[in-house]
Amino acid sequence: MFSTFDFSVLSPSLPFLWTGIQYSFKLTLIAMSGGIILGTFLALARLSPNRVLANAAATYVDTMRSIPLVMVILWFFLLIPLLTGNPVGAESSAMLTFTAFEAAYYSEIMRAGIQSVSRGQVAAGDALGFTYGQTMGYIVLPQAFRNMIPVLLTQTIVLFQDTSLVYIIGAKDLLKAAEIAGKNYNRPIEMYIFAAVIYFVVCFTLSQTVKRLQKRVAIIR
Amino acid sequence: MNYHWNWGIFFEQVQNGDETYLTWLIHGFGWTVAVSLTSWVIALSLGSVIGTLRTTPRPWVVMLGNAWVECFRNVPLLVQMLLWFFVVPEFLPQDLSMWVKQDMPAKEFITATLCLGLFTSARIAEQVRAGIQSLPRGQHYAGMAMGFTLPQTYRYVLLPMAFRIIIPPLTSEFMSVFKNSSVAFAISVLELTFVSRQMQEDSEQGIETYVAVTALYFICAFIANRVMAFIEKRSRVPGYVTAK
Repeated sequence: MFSTFDFSVLSPSLPFLWTGIQYSFKLTLIAMSGGIILGTFLALARLSPNRVLANAAATYVDTMRSIPLVMVILWFFLLIPLLTGNPVGAESSAMLTFTAFEAAYYSEIMRAGIQSVSRGQVAAGDALGFTYGQTMGYIVLPQAFRNMIPVLLTQTIVLFQDTSLVYIIGAKDLLKAAEIAGKNYNRPIEMYIFAAVIYFVVCFTLSQTVKRLQKRVAIIR
Repeated sequence: MNYHWNWGIFFEQVQNGDETYLTWLIHGFGWTVAVSLTSWVIALSLGSVIGTLRTTPRPWVVMLGNAWVECFRNVPLLVQMLLWFFVVPEFLPQDLSMWVKQDMPAKEFITATLCLGLFTSARIAEQVRAGIQSLPRGQHYAGMAMGFTLPQTYRYVLLPMAFRIIIPPLTSEFMSVFKNSSVAFAISVLELTFVSRQMQEDSEQGIETYVAVTALYFICAFIANRVMAFIEKRSRVPGYVTAK
């Protein structure tokens, strides 16, 4: 059965596949950092006593969470050129999309994290005469962030898997690169298997790391 | 913003054919619902079995269950779709492989449903396992004290409570199935996402198309949520698992 498979096509196409892998990682890292920052602000907005702000943030998060990511990717790819008047490449469009989309998911995690910090901590900040920004920045957020590191990382693993969906607008990520290489060498089967193996190795390693981390963080709490 | 609005587009005819765009959307919606519900049935039955097996005292069964979950959870759904569609037929025996590639009826639908069903089954297995393990140890002992066999303990004591506990995560999983069914576009299932791209290219009314498709996905998520809320309410045990 395996005699018909030819994995020797991998080595000449590796440099090309590597560009795809790099893009997948770059997209993941940008969307993760952007998403966590934006998500933290969304979580703060959602928890703020200002009703208008809280409702706006809640609507944004809930909307993003009830639409398939593929549709969000299509929406951004359609709207960005219309709104800015300039054509935008699939690669940069995907970065904006993923940051905006993942922010909704990260914000739910950060909200749970902020709520896991006991109320006394906020009161302590008040007692020290801290402003709201200082209380959040120096007391609440560092603890919330630390408590939520395993969950944030798990979400990042999901994010890394989701980056494969840029396929729909043709951005050249790991999967697309594998597909193109498969077409060029007329070996699509081997290339799909290669892509699947890379995704599995990265995600499995990361999820095992998170598991170990979870135990360490759990002791601190 | 320079955009030519045309909300009447849904009632206009498609470029090559005598149906309207509305017919396309309705068909797409139908396929989305069909793929989602069928995979949900597969996922729920398979996921419950695997999740239960992962809590049994047999180490090798637990390991098998864990391997199942890790395999399906660590590869993107889109890649799994492509694997099932292009790669798996190559591994089948010659005759079967030819049949699958050439003659199998509704090939795209069956492949997509199987893939989404197995993918979701791993996630449900994880929730079922967590649900069973969240029960106090005494429940298990109670079953033993009644003289129940292990299967009876699961059937009459553990599972009825475990399933009630995991209804909230199952609700979001049920909503996810509809969202995840969108990935079936990659193997040309004519579901909503596929139709939205097709209609956008055919009619050049991108915004109207996407608004309609997004609204249909919203409706799916909303109905899924209400159905699960109804089940949660009906299955509540007084004094035990109360809602909030």
